[in-house]
Amino acid sequence: MKQSLLPTVAHRIAILCYIAFALFPLFWLLKVSVTPNDLLYSEGVRMWPSRTTFDHYAFVLRHSSFPTFFKNSLIVSGSTAVVVTVCASLSGYALSRFSFRAKYWIVALMLLTQMFPLVMLVAPIFKILSPLGLTNSLTGLVFVYSAFNVPFATFLMQSFFDGIPKDLEEAAMIDGATKFTAFRQIILPLTLPGIAATLGFVFTAAWSELLFALMLINGNAAATFPVGLLTFVSKFSVDFGQMMAAGVLALIPAGLFFLLIQRYLVQGLTAGAVKG
Amino acid sequence: MTITADTLGRDHDHRPWLTRLAHACEPYLYSAPSLILIVVVMLVPLVIGISYAFRDIQLLNPFSGGFIGLEHFRELSRDAAFYGALRNTLWWTGASVLLQFVFGLILALLLDKPFWGRGLVQALVFIPWAVPSFLAGLNWAWLFNPVIGPLPHWLFGLGLMSQPGNILSDPQYAMWGPIVANVWWGIPFFAITLLAALQAIPRDLYEAASIDGANWFQRFFSITLPFLAPTIAITVLLRTVWISNFADLIVVMTGGGPADRTQIVASYIFTQAFKALDFGYASAIALVLLVLLLAYSMLIILLRQTLLNKD
Repeated sequence: MKQSLLPTVAHRIAILCYIAFALFPLFWLLKVSVTPNDLLYSEGVRMWPSRTTFDHYAFVLRHSSFPTFFKNSLIVSGSTAVVVTVCASLSGYALSRFSFRAKYWIVALMLLTQMFPLVMLVAPIFKILSPLGLTNSLTGLVFVYSAFNVPFATFLMQSFFDGIPKDLEEAAMIDGATKFTAFRQIILPLTLPGIAATLGFVFTAAWSELLFALMLINGNAAATFPVGLLTFVSKFSVDFGQMMAAGVLALIPAGLFFLLIQRYLVQGLTAGAVKG
Repeated sequence: MTITADTLGRDHDHRPWLTRLAHACEPYLYSAPSLILIVVVMLVPLVIGISYAFRDIQLLNPFSGGFIGLEHFRELSRDAAFYGALRNTLWWTGASVLLQFVFGLILALLLDKPFWGRGLVQALVFIPWAVPSFLAGLNWAWLFNPVIGPLPHWLFGLGLMSQPGNILSDPQYAMWGPIVANVWWGIPFFAITLLAALQAIPRDLYEAASIDGANWFQRFFSITLPFLAPTIAITVLLRTVWISNFADLIVVMTGGGPADRTQIVASYIFTQAFKALDFGYASAIALVLLVLLLAYSMLIILLRQTLLNKD
């Protein structure tokens, strides 16, 4: 069967437009970050500067607080990811394997937290954390981010547990293992892909969070990457090269996560296609 | 004490009562860490926040803290900035959701057919989804900046602008800045969801329709759309709530300016708490937003019930 040429060409052109739209902002970020300062304005709208330099990166890494911000964000996002994944595997397991009286209410509570505007909590959380000494501290942020991400992560883990047959732990329990041992030694290892996905999602979510970090943190010592970048932008709004170099650095962890999960994303879709 | 239906069903359970109690408590022990986190960090502050709406709480004023009844709400009813923010929220949410949905659907349809290099194309067009929202905001703010970005010069070249200026400081068009950034950022989400739904449509339906001589538009409107309808409805509704609360892009790109022309309710709450440090007033606005969102959700549930009953 021979397809006519015109729809195919139109299809490819449309796809190219989408790719250009998706990548152009990031390309521009990269372009300005490697443009030397003296060419920044004279070659403003050129697609690629006639000379490139990594000076902006060198400056950002050596003479600014961005390495501290990067480290703070890594600590906050990493700890949040671990705390949430541990809590969510436990509660996801409870929702997947037990039928108990309060289950309905727990699910309702978790759905409720997904619906109401989190910005409502900015003021009260500040007021609660402030006397505890948890404002301007990374621990406070981990605490807050963990709570925000637990409901979604619980549902995610629950769906992974639902995919594992119940006979597995029943067999182990007949052999004398307690339910918790069966959970730890048989079920958890089988959900490793789910655990990886949850870790990744929560890490990226914590890495991107801005409003609570702005409210709860002041000063450079405990600033996360978004707070640091925004402060930098409002203070030194002429150093475009450096700002964009810092922006490219902020992309790194999110980019790594995307590479990791991208395969599963496509895989999941293809699996759906085969099933259909 | 809690006894689950599971335990009650076993009358001939001869295990000691302590073991049975432990058994009944088990699911609660598993859920406890998550529940404690949610209650302490979300539910308690929510309740406290609601109480703030009726109190005079200003961070920099040590004499504040008293109960003032409905004073905040009276002030709110006279606050022109608040009504502006309500209108802007409708405009921001409506335009963002509609554009994200339309472009996301087109992208999903383009990616539905297998073609050479589809995996790579998928990875490339989904990239914006992985960009942190604050960076997406900054990135677009820079693109709109005539000093450093190309967009004003291109718009000027096309004759759409009288001079290459910054759209973000133009009161009439400033809202388009965050909306464009939001659309760029949100297309992949819609595309991923709709593509998954598209690929679940049985292929033989299309073949049968083709044999019967249906053209592309007929197939789209009588097969694709009806199959996608449930996914579209749920995604659009949930996304509407989410986007109306999504203040990051606006805080980063315009801070609500110029002259409050891009201030939405969510960013107005944040500005009141973060810049004015007036926690009481911020909580009063938040309470109104919460009530509006609840009303919206009820409307959706009612609508869904009526639609379900009709079938």
